[in-house]
Amino acid sequence: MIRVQTEDFDAGAELEQLRGSNKGQAGAMVSFTGLMRDLNVGDTVTQMTLEHYPGMTEKALERIEQVANERWELTATLIIHRVGSLTPNDNIVFVAAASRHREQAFRACEYMIDTLKTEAPFWKKETLSGRTRWVEQENSV
Amino acid sequence: MLQLRYFASLRESLGIGDEQVELPNDVHDLAGLTRWLQERDPTWKSALADSRLHVAINQEIVKVDAAIRDGDEIAWFPPVTGG
Repeated sequence: MIRVQTEDFDAGAELEQLRGSNKGQAGAMVSFTGLMRDLNVGDTVTQMTLEHYPGMTEKALERIEQVANERWELTATLIIHRVGSLTPNDNIVFVAAASRHREQAFRACEYMIDTLKTEAPFWKKETLSGRTRWVEQENSV
Repeated sequence: MLQLRYFASLRESLGIGDEQVELPNDVHDLAGLTRWLQERDPTWKSALADSRLHVAINQEIVKVDAAIRDGDEIAWFPPVTGG
C-alpha cells in the first residue's frame, strides 16, 4: 500500500498494522523512517515544504512497490510520504517490508527508499534564516 | 488542447504552475513543443534550456523525441529530491 499525505504518521502504529496483516507468514519486518534534519549543506534549516505531482507521484510509488514485490518474496509492503510544510524532526517518509526471512525484507526496504529518492516526483524547498532554496538532488541522496 | 504543467523551482521561475495551449500545427514531438514554447516567451527560452529538467507525458517520463498528441498532459520538472 502507498499513501501520500500532509498529516503526520506514527511509525510504530504503522508497523503494528503491517504485523497484523501478516497472519503468521512473515518472520521479519524491516522499516525505514526518514526525518527532517535541522542542518543541510552547512546551513540551519528552520522549515521545509514538500511539493509533489498529484497522480504521477502515486503512480511512481505504486510502481516501486510493485517492482519490490516482483523481485523479493514479501508478505506486505508499505510506503508513506508526507507533503506540505514540515519542521525539523518531523517524519517525512516511511518504508516497510515484511517477509518470511529477514534478507528479503532488508533488500526490499533498501530498494524502495533508494528508488523513491531518485524516481518519485517530490521536491523539497528549505527555509533558512531569511531566505528559501530548492534542494539540489546531489545534496539530498 | 494540451495541458502543460511546471513544478518546483521551474514553476517559480515561470510564475505559473499550469496552462492550456492549442497544439501548434507544426509541433509533433517534445523537442518541437519545447522549441515553440521557448520562441513564444524569453522566460521560457531560458528556463526550459536547463538540460537537467525531466519531462513527463501523461505522467510517464519521456525523452525529447517523444510524440505529442492533442489532449496530452506534459510536465516539466527539476530532478526529484524526495525521501
